[in-house]
Amino acid sequence: MGRAVAIEASGLGKVYDGATAVDGLSFQVFAGEIFGLLGPNGAGKSTTLRILITLLRPDAGHATVLGHDVVREADQVRHLIGYVPQERAIDRFLTGREHLLLLGDLYHLPKSETRKRIAEILRLVDLEEKADRLARTYSGGMKRKLDLACGLLPNPKILFLDEPTLGLDVQSRLRIWDYVRRLRDRGITIVMTTNYLDEADRLCDRLAIIDGGRIKALGSPSELKAGLGGDIISLAVGAPETARIDRLASELKGLSFVRAVNTKQNGLDIQVESPEKALPVVLEAANRAACRLDLIDYHRPRLDDVFMALTGHAIREEFPKNSDE
Amino acid sequence: MREYLQEIGALTMRWVRRLSREKFSMVFTLVQPMLFWLIFFGSLFQRAADAQVVQAPNYISFLAAGVVVMTVLNNGLAGGVDLLFDKENGFLERLLSTPIHRTSVVLSRFLFVMAITCLQILVILGVAVLFGVRPATGLSGVAVILLIGMLFGVGLTAISMAIAFSVKSHGDFFSVLGFLSLPLIFLSSALVPLSAMPAWMSVLARFNPMTWAIDAIRPLILSGWTEALPRLGMVVVIMTVFDACCLYGSARAFRRTIG
Repeated sequence: MGRAVAIEASGLGKVYDGATAVDGLSFQVFAGEIFGLLGPNGAGKSTTLRILITLLRPDAGHATVLGHDVVREADQVRHLIGYVPQERAIDRFLTGREHLLLLGDLYHLPKSETRKRIAEILRLVDLEEKADRLARTYSGGMKRKLDLACGLLPNPKILFLDEPTLGLDVQSRLRIWDYVRRLRDRGITIVMTTNYLDEADRLCDRLAIIDGGRIKALGSPSELKAGLGGDIISLAVGAPETARIDRLASELKGLSFVRAVNTKQNGLDIQVESPEKALPVVLEAANRAACRLDLIDYHRPRLDDVFMALTGHAIREEFPKNSDE
Repeated sequence: MREYLQEIGALTMRWVRRLSREKFSMVFTLVQPMLFWLIFFGSLFQRAADAQVVQAPNYISFLAAGVVVMTVLNNGLAGGVDLLFDKENGFLERLLSTPIHRTSVVLSRFLFVMAITCLQILVILGVAVLFGVRPATGLSGVAVILLIGMLFGVGLTAISMAIAFSVKSHGDFFSVLGFLSLPLIFLSSALVPLSAMPAWMSVLARFNPMTWAIDAIRPLILSGWTEALPRLGMVVVIMTVFDACCLYGSARAFRRTIG
């Protein structure tokens, strides 16, 4: 595509206490895009991010950020990036403005420049009114905004976000997405981790799907979904019938237009080529196997289907609890 | 160099700001529990302690040096805990993702802990004056007492930071701390002179750097320069070795965490 490369990672590896966290990751991030690292908890996303922002040294491979090596030229890299950590990394006893003033000094900015940037950033994230209140009075969403403001203070070329909407309510999530898009439109390259499929699908321009420390697939959400090919028929089977799921699965696997069958706890996901032909046959097979169906669902491939097909398991076993502080 | 000072100044101001925000904690930091040792323990043992044994006009004047060093001990050992909180909630990562010199965070903490410790020592010496204990070596003696306190405090704060960087949670941190501090106090010359201790305790107490700090400060309060000077020479040597070991250990722990 000939686009400018902002980040180049090749063969990154990291081992913690004998366990491999990241295992030979190679990818590129292009300038001006929102790049997502998607995967379940413990997949190695945050470790990868920490290597790129110079907080961890890789045990294998190397990475450059805007042409600077993240180990040998860590200081140059730190000048060019902004970081928004996963935890609400906020000092409860400082005001929002004091956070930003502190960071201004850590980036060695003159006071006047810091003040100018603070005014601008507070307006951008909509935090002007509360800027002089102690951070402990902030709501979860406001803390996240302050986090984002802190990441923006250095005027970064690349902004790194670690799980930017983890545990936020729906409105705050949408607002954060909106900010992130606006930042990209201003020319900032965004690298983020997420374990939310909808976030990856709707926000990211390109994705790396990571599981067990390895990249399983790389591409735009629509490319990834198209790569799966065919549509998905999901069957949910009534409780007494669950013993028959395996029998039904093996019967369906033999059919010519069935590409793949994934067995779930209470049903099946069937990847098919032409649903109009497949649907009656699938129903018939269920009938023959004497499987009573509770639910039949048919849909275009979604990112969770891609994830399932690539890794053989769902990104999260249960539905995430929407915890709000 | 200017950048380095800018970082350290800002990070140190953060600690000061935090303290000023916690009004309660600020009051209790200055009027700290160590004062109770001086006032209550000192008064309680006024008659129980033999002036012949402690070699001082009264027990409070004997105890003053011990309480000064106990303050240094408590502040020093607790000095790393805020870095642990920073590590736990991710603030430390945020700081380290900026282009600061890696030592600035730690150095700002040393500066802050030392400043607070000096203030507290002054409060203790002030209260001691109310009980009729005037340092025999006057104001210059007080300055030397502060210097000894800081010399000891640097090593202790370094130990505290090493623990902070090594433990998993602040629960662990406080368990280790609680376990360390009382034996260190009892196995020192803070409450009783070495000569009055059971033999096995006095042997152990001789290996406790706290003893050396106390035995250097005590003559500054009780007798005068001539008795203090040889002990001052000793304390400088011992503390230099002590600090060097502690700083080496904490630098290793720091590097392990930060990579």
